[in-house]
Amino acid sequence: MKTKNENGVKISIALLRIFVGWHFLYEGVIKLYNPDWTSFGYLASSQGPLKPLFAVLTQQSVIGWVDTLNIAALLVVGITFTLGIFERKGAIVGMGLLALYYLAHPSFPWLAQVNVEGSYWFVNKNLIELVACLVVFNYPTGQFFGLDYFMKRKPSKIKSYEMD
Amino acid sequence: MKWTRRDLLKGLGGLPILGVVWWAGAATSAYKRGERSEILNQLGITPSLPPSIPNIEGDPVRVGIIGFGIRGEQLCRSLGFATKEWYEEIKMEMEENPNNRALEDFERQEKLNVKLAGVCDIFDVRAERALNSFNTSDNKIKRYSTYQEMIHSGEVDAIVIATPDHWHAPMAIEALKNNVHVYVEKPMTHTIAETYELQTAAEESEAVLSVGHQHRQTLSFKTARDIVEKGTLGHVSLIQTNTNRNDDNGAWNYDIHEKANPQTIDWQQFLGSAPQVPFNKNHFFRWRKWWAYGSGLSGDLLTHDYDRLNCVLNMGIPDSIMASGGIYTHNDGRNVPDVLQVNMEFPRFSTGSSQVKGKEQGMTFCYSATLGNGFNRPTILMGHDATMELGNKLTVWPDGASTRYAPMLEEEKMYPHTPIYQYNPAANVPDAISSATSQYFADKGLMWTYIDGVRVDSTFLHMREWLSAIKNGTKVSCGIQEGFDEAITAHMAGLSWKLGRRIEWDPEKGELKPIEGINFDEVLLASDWKIEPQVLQDV
Repeated sequence: MKTKNENGVKISIALLRIFVGWHFLYEGVIKLYNPDWTSFGYLASSQGPLKPLFAVLTQQSVIGWVDTLNIAALLVVGITFTLGIFERKGAIVGMGLLALYYLAHPSFPWLAQVNVEGSYWFVNKNLIELVACLVVFNYPTGQFFGLDYFMKRKPSKIKSYEMD
Repeated sequence: MKWTRRDLLKGLGGLPILGVVWWAGAATSAYKRGERSEILNQLGITPSLPPSIPNIEGDPVRVGIIGFGIRGEQLCRSLGFATKEWYEEIKMEMEENPNNRALEDFERQEKLNVKLAGVCDIFDVRAERALNSFNTSDNKIKRYSTYQEMIHSGEVDAIVIATPDHWHAPMAIEALKNNVHVYVEKPMTHTIAETYELQTAAEESEAVLSVGHQHRQTLSFKTARDIVEKGTLGHVSLIQTNTNRNDDNGAWNYDIHEKANPQTIDWQQFLGSAPQVPFNKNHFFRWRKWWAYGSGLSGDLLTHDYDRLNCVLNMGIPDSIMASGGIYTHNDGRNVPDVLQVNMEFPRFSTGSSQVKGKEQGMTFCYSATLGNGFNRPTILMGHDATMELGNKLTVWPDGASTRYAPMLEEEKMYPHTPIYQYNPAANVPDAISSATSQYFADKGLMWTYIDGVRVDSTFLHMREWLSAIKNGTKVSCGIQEGFDEAITAHMAGLSWKLGRRIEWDPEKGELKPIEGINFDEVLLASDWKIEPQVLQDV
């Protein structure tokens, strides 16, 4: 990326990555340590075009898996983003998860908004965080701040490819 | 390779962040859990487990259904018998709403050891509907033209009564006298005199009487009893229960069948002891709107709320009742009120006290109803120490001025607006409720209960309990004593509204305190919706 202030961009995006990771991690840990937590309510009250799909996920035989996968996905994003390693894979998981969150309760003006703390028109915080994950995906900063920093010192396949 | 401090900071800087966030999440969860368990330990509430009912073995109980209308069909489904028409209807509903679980619930329902042996309905269409669906090679069902014929046939062991109110007691008494078991819908009776007659018949009979207050099977109510008994709420001084309905079905304006006419309906048998009026479809299908056959809000819906609380508190018949209201929302020729407020006084009752002895005693039970607004007002028990909302879910909030919880409130371990206890056995079960009226009953815990997270029709459990009492000699939860309390209370409310004055119960004598010149049963059955005080003085 060519920019006048490359360091400033790196710092900003690394900070964005860490904060998004922080948020995911905390959400995951809170759910992990709360045996009563379930995504049932969120899914059961879902609206919009994918409502039938989310209704299927609330079935008794499935909901346990859904909850476990949700926690695992949150932790994966949280850990990769805060540590700065495999962040691109983490970003993909994060975008997938946020897309599901968004689609379960899309901010479409013709749908009633349940349990929403602000006012949104199509774009809501889930969608914005999804775009933040997209930025992290396209501009990994783990080599600038994170465990990938150590990888940088070894010649990697990508590096050698880039050097060709 | 040598790492500088700068290298380590840039490479490992994420680790402490991860550690701190993880620790914060884990610690917050643990703290909240600890706080919760401290409160729960202090409260010591144990959520109820379903009662264990011995198997109903041996020859199947031969059941006859009297009255195969809306409720009669529901009761038969609880016994395991659904009509072909119902299957059709549910299929159509499922096309509209794939979440409708009625069929799934019905098919999952445990099979009871019963045979539907007879049907008695004075409307040919309904009787034939039962015959058409239930007459199979392994279940022979016979139509009887009168209830006496069914009871004396020797072909039924037990009857289910789902008729208009004025037929409940005569049928139940006849059956009990012949040692035929009875499941009777609420209200148990239509007059005061009948209530005593039925009590005698039940006491003298070898047969089992069960009154159709199915919510006694609802697990949350059993848990609620435990909450009250442990003094969680302190002294309860006020109970509020409500009826809020705003639709035709809720106001008893049921569909009138196109084939209804004097040839298909035995009108004389419908009337029975009621005033002799010419054939009237409106009266036949919408009988709940007239005192001659039904008892309006006090007999139809107050009884549910009263018995729900009697099941939790066991407070018995109120010492006195004052009621008011009128026909304000459905002035369509009915003579029962559609707006009704009933205050029931229990001056000698207490749920226990956390304060100095003698300071707290007595309770008012307020039943407030309208058929012209559907806003959901919950059932609330208001105690000095806490407030409880009672339904299929239970929620308990501490009171800001509680004596019992003062230390915990002061230490900010409790907050007045944060529940200290919540019981929601349905948390993992999606509900798909089709109509406003069924939502009304479901919210009150009158439709189903939850056992191990599975929704179970509470009427089915109530029926099973009755059948077990017949076969195994186990107890019924709503027998003659509970039915007696419910019926007398409902009649007192109806009388108070009609007479516009306080009706008192004499617990020593076990009878209503007489009012000079007033024949209570005459007033109860009278069609005039209000007897002016002027007229009273003349009597």
